[in-house]
Amino acid sequence: MESLRGKTAIIGAADSDVGVVPHMSATQLCVDAALKAMDDAGITKDEIDGIVSCDSWAEPFLYHAEAISEYLQIEPKYCISVGTGGGTTFSLLHHAASAIATGICDTVLITMADSLRSGISKEKAMKTQASTGHPQFESPYGPSVPSLYALIARAHMAEFGTTAEQLAAVSVTARKHAHLNPAAQMRELITVEDVVNSRMIADPLHLYDCSLISDGGSAVILTSREKAKNYSKQPVYLLGVGEGHRHEHISQAQSLTTSAAVDSGKRAYEMAGLGPNDIDFAELYDCFTPTVLIELEDLGFCEKGEGGAFVESGAVDLGGLLPINTHGGLLSHCHPGNPGSMFALTEAVVQLRNEAGRRQVNDAEVALVHGQGGIMSSHTTLILGKEV
Amino acid sequence: MEHAGKNFPEPTIETEAYWDGCRNRELLIQQCNQCGKSQFYPRMMCTNCMSRNVHWVKATGKGKVKTYTIIHRAISKAYAKEAPYVVAIIELYEGPSLMSNIVGCHPRDVNVGQEVEVTFQDWSEEITIPMFTPIERD
Ligand SMILES: [Zn+2]
Repeated sequence: MESLRGKTAIIGAADSDVGVVPHMSATQLCVDAALKAMDDAGITKDEIDGIVSCDSWAEPFLYHAEAISEYLQIEPKYCISVGTGGGTTFSLLHHAASAIATGICDTVLITMADSLRSGISKEKAMKTQASTGHPQFESPYGPSVPSLYALIARAHMAEFGTTAEQLAAVSVTARKHAHLNPAAQMRELITVEDVVNSRMIADPLHLYDCSLISDGGSAVILTSREKAKNYSKQPVYLLGVGEGHRHEHISQAQSLTTSAAVDSGKRAYEMAGLGPNDIDFAELYDCFTPTVLIELEDLGFCEKGEGGAFVESGAVDLGGLLPINTHGGLLSHCHPGNPGSMFALTEAVVQLRNEAGRRQVNDAEVALVHGQGGIMSSHTTLILGKEV
Repeated sequence: MEHAGKNFPEPTIETEAYWDGCRNRELLIQQCNQCGKSQFYPRMMCTNCMSRNVHWVKATGKGKVKTYTIIHRAISKAYAKEAPYVVAIIELYEGPSLMSNIVGCHPRDVNVGQEVEVTFQDWSEEITIPMFTPIERD
């Protein structure tokens, strides 16, 4: 089978305002990001023949990508919405790259947004929060979303001796990076003590082990390698992509401490012909702090069980061995639900273009970006580079 | 009305035997007649060999805590009066894992690896929920 390696490139990338954005609806945030990404690429709407999105909670449509196409008055050849939680964004990129490589279309606008802070009534938010997990075999026991990740954190602690302070270090690093990012929702520096002394949500996870709830939208434009040369910005090539899906419900997971990131990472590395040592920086899905430790291990950046010590050593800070979540991640930059990891993708593009200002990673040539959806359920890994 | 407002399971054609079992204070899981593997939750085929020849068996109801969390921020008012409450994943002696609450002890006394056994909580005339409690050793 032909590989997607280097077949496509991102030529435009942009975010809307993020955080608390009450003056824009979810659809407007989605369109705002799309318009900014088109400006960034210097592309007209006539050149876009694919639209890919995911639905929003605040302003849902039955056929979301069609609704966005209609709003923009673009009539694409390829139009699809996907919903696999936080894994959605990179699954979508995988779909879009495949569509371009197989000739379904040439240039895809991938845009998504939600308005979880301003666009959802308190009743709706509470109703959503009150019923998570399998309706018959999990939900009756009253699990919250943080508690499902707390189950993973506890398992990691019991198996490997990971500490609350090591989990907290993930959040401290994210905030350090957000402090350097004017666009981030939370920028005030925090300490490990601040995290472990914050309110206990679901033991062992404290409030500051949990990501933000935000408004925001983000978009990228993907085209073929050949066409990418026609646009002004440094193309960012998709060198590798892989997915892994092992379960839906956490009580059905074969392992609580090793995830399908092993599978998605292996597939992406193989396609790119690269390994963990070739990666200059990584943007890892950080809905809760334990997620990051497991991703660091499963993607081969440290040994299984050593994620906590790796983070605590400063290896993942700017200037360290493998800077992660350089924009501040879902923990400190913003987290508007399904679109959350799009901001990791646009950040990777900004870094690879050497446009990240005070938070720029030195000599950034190759990035790994990882998204995860459900409860460590659905994983997609991307490897991006400046050169093919 | 003690449990009003909680997330009551709605048994389906596929799961009603399980919930009937709970009402009779029996924890039922499935076992494959072809390869002998036990499984939970209920399915129309064996996840190991794909045989449709699976049958219900009464589980020992004993197992170990694989992991747990103590929930301080309850998901809704109906659960707030239980907080802090323990949600755990339990591995049954027969092999399959399931989610449940650990009850009958202080949340602080729950541990990974702890041996637990099933106990049943009646939520209504139709619905009885299996929960787990530490096995007393003396
Ligand atoms: Zn079988």
